[in-house]
Amino acid sequence: MSKIHVTTTVNGDPVEFLADPRETLLDALRNHLDLTGTKEGCGTGDCGACSVTVDGTLVCSCLMLAAEANGKRVETIEGMAGEELHPLQRKFIEHAALQCGFCTPGILVAAKALLERNANPTDTEIRYWLAGNLCRCTGYDKIIRAVQDAAAEMRGAA
Amino acid sequence: MARDDVKTGYKLIGTRPNRPDGLDKVTGRARYGADFALPGMLHAAVVRSPHAHARIVKIDASKALALDGVKAVVTRADLPTGLTGEDLNLQDNTLAGEKALYDGHAVAAVAATSQLLAQDAARLIEVTYEVLPHVTDVDAAMAPGAPVIREGVADYSVPEGMNGNVARHMEFGHGDVEAGFAAADIVREQTYKTEATHQGYIEPHACVAQMGEDGRGEMWVCTQGHWYIRRMCASVLGIEAANLRVTPSEIGGGFGGKTTIFMEPLPLALSKKAGGRPVKLVMSRSEVLRATGPTASASMDVKIGMKKDGTITAGQVFFRMQGGAFPGMSPIGEALPCAFACYDIPALKHEAVEVIANRPKAAAYRAPGSPMAAFAVESLVDEMCRELKLDPIAVRLKNGARNGSKSSYGPVYNVIGLAETLEAAKAHPNYAIPLGKNQGRGVASGFWFNHGGETSVSLAVGEDGTATVMIGTPDIGGSRASIGLMVAETLGIPYEDVRVNVVETGALGVNEPTHGSRATFASGKAAVEAARAAIKEMCKRAAAEWEIDAEAVEWKDGAAHPAGPNAGKFPPMTIGEIGSKMGGSGGPISGHHEVTAEGVGASFGTHVVDVEVDPETGRTTVLRYLVVQDAGTAIHPAYVEGQYQGGAAQGIGWALNEEYVYGTDGRLQNPIFLDYRIPVASDLPMIDTVIVEVPNPGHPYGVRGVGETGITPPLPAVASAIAGATGVRIRSLPCSPPKVLAAIKAKG
Repeated sequence: MSKIHVTTTVNGDPVEFLADPRETLLDALRNHLDLTGTKEGCGTGDCGACSVTVDGTLVCSCLMLAAEANGKRVETIEGMAGEELHPLQRKFIEHAALQCGFCTPGILVAAKALLERNANPTDTEIRYWLAGNLCRCTGYDKIIRAVQDAAAEMRGAA
Repeated sequence: MARDDVKTGYKLIGTRPNRPDGLDKVTGRARYGADFALPGMLHAAVVRSPHAHARIVKIDASKALALDGVKAVVTRADLPTGLTGEDLNLQDNTLAGEKALYDGHAVAAVAATSQLLAQDAARLIEVTYEVLPHVTDVDAAMAPGAPVIREGVADYSVPEGMNGNVARHMEFGHGDVEAGFAAADIVREQTYKTEATHQGYIEPHACVAQMGEDGRGEMWVCTQGHWYIRRMCASVLGIEAANLRVTPSEIGGGFGGKTTIFMEPLPLALSKKAGGRPVKLVMSRSEVLRATGPTASASMDVKIGMKKDGTITAGQVFFRMQGGAFPGMSPIGEALPCAFACYDIPALKHEAVEVIANRPKAAAYRAPGSPMAAFAVESLVDEMCRELKLDPIAVRLKNGARNGSKSSYGPVYNVIGLAETLEAAKAHPNYAIPLGKNQGRGVASGFWFNHGGETSVSLAVGEDGTATVMIGTPDIGGSRASIGLMVAETLGIPYEDVRVNVVETGALGVNEPTHGSRATFASGKAAVEAARAAIKEMCKRAAAEWEIDAEAVEWKDGAAHPAGPNAGKFPPMTIGEIGSKMGGSGGPISGHHEVTAEGVGASFGTHVVDVEVDPETGRTTVLRYLVVQDAGTAIHPAYVEGQYQGGAAQGIGWALNEEYVYGTDGRLQNPIFLDYRIPVASDLPMIDTVIVEVPNPGHPYGVRGVGETGITPPLPAVASAIAGATGVRIRSLPCSPPKVLAAIKAKG
């Protein structure tokens, strides 16, 4: 099967790669671009570990073909911190909001997308926004608190 | 940050510093099993049986091998013969022999130059099956006339006349149960069932392995115990364990499911056949659910006698548990001792059978056996409390095990904190909140033994006064932080000056896995002893420089001091000074400790849950949840709370949603996360925690181990809360909406 030449932007960097038509964006990020921070937990869009944004929209990268990323702007966990950590990243460490840490990249990407739309979410809004991101270790309690604390800090800084 | 409890006088233990691996894990840099790659690496895929029970007539891989880029295929014929016991079970599970024993059982594996090509090749491997009768339910597998799925699994313990699927029988007890029942005011007897659930770690099993024609190899793998899986892989492949060097990756959850092997020998075997090229094998989610360690399913009879004042006079259980198609995997040996472990009852009789069925080989899952046992016993205790209108906490305090009680399974408890958890639950504001319509409250206690085990830890003092600690227990939930705190406390140096690394099999003696809630207890205990050994050597170096006896030097606040005025007047010599000069004072300074750790402290907890049940749909909403558990000492309280909350969430999932659903064809019907539904964020409330601290005298800082007990009480507590809300008792988990609704309607 002939491969497709894909040109896209990942975390602000121009990249290109050859994708098998069957490969997902998740496959391309991990295997062609060595961006292994985005995780595969299910491959069926049920766990959210592969969450990234494409042109600002939160997606499961396992449900999108690599070829569909052509000409788009993709943001992954690797692009979240600048010289300093994003407040969400810092608050996740401070609140012990991760145990094994495998779901953490996807949850951070998803939580950032929430706070860009809603700077002052209720606990319930956070829980429903993150309902597509499975965490088996924490019971979500400390994750919700970390998101709230980061949101409060970001509102204070704004 | 200030210590939660200042009474102990510790400087660091009880504080909540950032974990050392936090930065890597929030930036995507942490390397998990599937994140590892090597030059020239091949990719593997596995062919799995679509049948629950079938004879394998023929495997034809010729079409797959004809594809360009396909480098190797392995089947059972490539593995050595003559294995026995658990080694044979492991080999049988790695690749089916004459028969496939469950839906998803591996039959062949293939390695190729890309993942997609390996998957294509796997589809071209033709397997001819002769389908055989199957059985997947525990009670059906025991019934007369049930198909016997493997001959000769029964060990010496199984009485004559039992179905051939019964592999093991166990019984023990004390006192006169018949006299106990005769002395009771009410005697009640019920049967309870729990379905199999999966550990549900979000990271699928993943391994990169390389093995040359000399039979020496390396593995990079997500595992809870790299020495254990090294030994298992070596047994399956018929090589010496020392030929394998195993490096654990960061691990994306395990909960017991990564203490054993499933596919790990396959990339090794494929690599050897492919001329030593490294091979990567990553399971899909459906492979994880179909073919890796779920827990056992259980069917349990319980009988309890109680006086009107709540005194329990006798108890009796008969448990039937299936742990898949291989003997030895159903946790009857844990479930029975856990059944009445929270109580001090004069007469008890325990009996259980292990049954095999056409399901995947079960693995440990967080306090294996204890949640099912608790569901049976704590549910019936709650039913009797409601019947006699007794407070469930008062009844547990009346009958509960205390310091010096002889446990239900034999040993005498030393210092335990069950009563403290019950008192704290009673005093918590949640227990006094008034309930509304369709709402109910459930209470249950739970137990886990905790475990010590084989442990080896080294510590090296740096030239800059830091300490590097080498441990062999993979860190799943923050144990590097807790071990770092204990070492820093012992050495009297800042937490930030201690680096804790999980090292590979070539760097330490044998370590048991991170299992049995033992990492912070056992690796922590050994790390403290290693630090003490390094302190002794540092005191010796200071003494030599001061030209006084080593016994005249004492260690405090990260420095050697003369031990009193007679020792001489010398300014303290810090770890940094000693470290910077150690090359000239006798060489590198390290400490080491290895031990089969004893002094384990049992763990008890009590949970209180409030639910609301929608009478029109049968859906249960958890309104609030309280976990009270004795940690012994909470080294890093945030990660102790995390264990409590995570255990409760898994238990709530087991109680309300999660179950293995098998069709009449014996195939697993729900092998994806959409249908095997673990709790999501919107399913749960905040989970309140109270850390009780009754220090364990068997650990230098009082640690008990906190990982497992928390999954135990939710099963009965949630079902009891539903009973309170609806008046109907669900005795078969999960309490799914259709089941609860049908029970409400049947009651009328």
